[in-house]
Amino acid sequence: MTIPMNEKIDNLQDDATTGNAQTENRHDSKAQPFIRIENLSKQFDGVAVVDSVNLDIYRGELFAILGSSGCGKTTLLRMLAGFETPSTGRVVIDGIDITGLPPYQRPVNMMVQSYAVFPHMTVEKNVAYGLKKEGVDKTRIGEQVAQILSLVQLSGYEKRKPHQLSGGQLQRVALARALVKKPKVLLLDEPLAALDKKLRERTQFELMNIQDELGITFVVVTHDQEEAMNLATRIAVMDDGRFVQTGTPTHVYEYPTNRFVADFVGTTNMFEGTVSQIANEHLLIDTGDFGVIKASPTPGVNEGNQVWLAVRPEKITISKESITSETTTCIKGVVTDLGYYGNRTIYRVTTETSAVIEISAQNQFRASEPILDSEDEVFVSWDLANSIVLKE
Amino acid sequence: MRQRSTFLFTTLAFGYAFLYLPIVILMVYSFNDSRIQSVWNGFSLRWYSSLFNNAQVIDAALLSLQIALISATIATVLGTLAGLSMTHMGRFKGRLLFTGLIAAPLIMPEVITGLSLLLVFVSTEQLIGWPESRGTMTIIIAHITFSMAFVAVIVQSRLSTVDKSLEEAAMDLGGRPYRVAIDITLPLIAPAMVAGWLLAFTLSLDDLVIASFVSGPGASTLPMVIFSKVRLGVAPDINALATLIITVVGIGVVIAGFVMQRRERARITEYKATR
Repeated sequence: MTIPMNEKIDNLQDDATTGNAQTENRHDSKAQPFIRIENLSKQFDGVAVVDSVNLDIYRGELFAILGSSGCGKTTLLRMLAGFETPSTGRVVIDGIDITGLPPYQRPVNMMVQSYAVFPHMTVEKNVAYGLKKEGVDKTRIGEQVAQILSLVQLSGYEKRKPHQLSGGQLQRVALARALVKKPKVLLLDEPLAALDKKLRERTQFELMNIQDELGITFVVVTHDQEEAMNLATRIAVMDDGRFVQTGTPTHVYEYPTNRFVADFVGTTNMFEGTVSQIANEHLLIDTGDFGVIKASPTPGVNEGNQVWLAVRPEKITISKESITSETTTCIKGVVTDLGYYGNRTIYRVTTETSAVIEISAQNQFRASEPILDSEDEVFVSWDLANSIVLKE
Repeated sequence: MRQRSTFLFTTLAFGYAFLYLPIVILMVYSFNDSRIQSVWNGFSLRWYSSLFNNAQVIDAALLSLQIALISATIATVLGTLAGLSMTHMGRFKGRLLFTGLIAAPLIMPEVITGLSLLLVFVSTEQLIGWPESRGTMTIIIAHITFSMAFVAVIVQSRLSTVDKSLEEAAMDLGGRPYRVAIDITLPLIAPAMVAGWLLAFTLSLDDLVIASFVSGPGASTLPMVIFSKVRLGVAPDINALATLIITVVGIGVVIAGFVMQRRERARITEYKATR
């Protein structure tokens, strides 16, 4: 199992540096989408759970659909698998319209949150089930099952029954069972939600490796934004049955296009204000409580516009001395809360206007006492490039 | 403390005596040499030999077994189908009513079930000439009718605990709906089907009232024979028969319990071994 992590990290860095415009089209714009979702809707009792969704997913992608519970992401996935009939719209996979096909005729397989491992069959029989239904002959089944079990590191567990397996092992049985069919697309509904934190992190990398090795297109549904960021090549953020933003993890995190995404993905300090002045190098935004904040010029933002500024907690510096420069916004305040997480500390700073700003600082050096404590007077500052200007 | 345990012990003894004393007395008197129930006249097996020479009782027992086997099997098939379709139909108008209608025979007094079935048989005989005469066939049909409800209820309750995503997963892996029912659903509800079959079997063996209504000449089940014999005075060979039945059932229960306990223990050690 080779780990193409370097490549992945390179890609991420590319995205980070090129920023907004180019990340959208990592794939050749002429490339034919592998999965095309057109105008797909699903209504339950007149309520649209999925509302006219359009989406193109390309071959070999690990695509994540991210949203809170009840946003319609699972319903969307179930429509791809064939368990829900769309109210309108169609789904095309590899050039074939599969909208009307029953689940057992679709070139996709799904892995659900509960894993749904057949309790009355051994690991081996669970994995072989799909191949048997295809009518593959016995020796081939044996070979393929052994192969896939070694891929998910379950060799030696062939004769075990599901009740003898741990959660992580069950998850891998479910994965192997879906992968052994070599589907064109693998759908994963909250694949790691039932695992504990450590295992979940390890499994994320395993999933990525397996996906890379087999080249199968993955579509993952998750509510866990860290999981989506780590796993996916692209993320679609879903809210109330619609996609609010689609892009690479870096793109979605660093360049959210609206307040919902900025707030849902990661944590954000949000400042509301009006554009008071547009200079060559920066915008000045009058936020009332927080004073005037500097930001980079943003296309489409004009003087007098009402805007929101989003600033990530880790992009803010906290210090005892004020930092002043042409491009920095600096606000004075008092530390009112702090949370120590070992690797980092979260500070909540209350400004003179009793507004609260959250700052996340890496604990780079060993110290037996916190460097800053409650009631300390501090200055929080950030560069204008870290202010995200949002119009909606 | 001492007093409380004496009290508990006494209650327990009374409880068990209440439950089992009549049966024990019956079993003891099956070995009584005397014809008169209440007089102990020494140990003897004569009632057992007289039982095995009593063709009427033997025939009735065999007929009862035959009826119970057939009706329990058909009731299990029909009841399972009913339970399956009720849980797989999804939501529709009047679902609660239909679910209730399946379970209604459970609380229907036997006399009414028997009477209504008799009326059905009589009227169909007049209309289409079937059944030509009442007998084994009509008893089987009647037993299927009422025991099916029990099976359906048991299967339904088991089905409601079966994770729907298992069936979906099987379908997702390429199983057509009927294959999924055979591969996944049936093995998962098999314990309920066995329980339903056993219940239907016992109900059928046990039934006197309904069988009396729908039976005809020449078809007397064991409960009917026993009841008619007892009406003419208690015959000690019935005691012998009862003892035999209790022994067979008792052995069956003990074996079943033993097997289940062993399987459970094996499962637990297996489970521990994997930790």
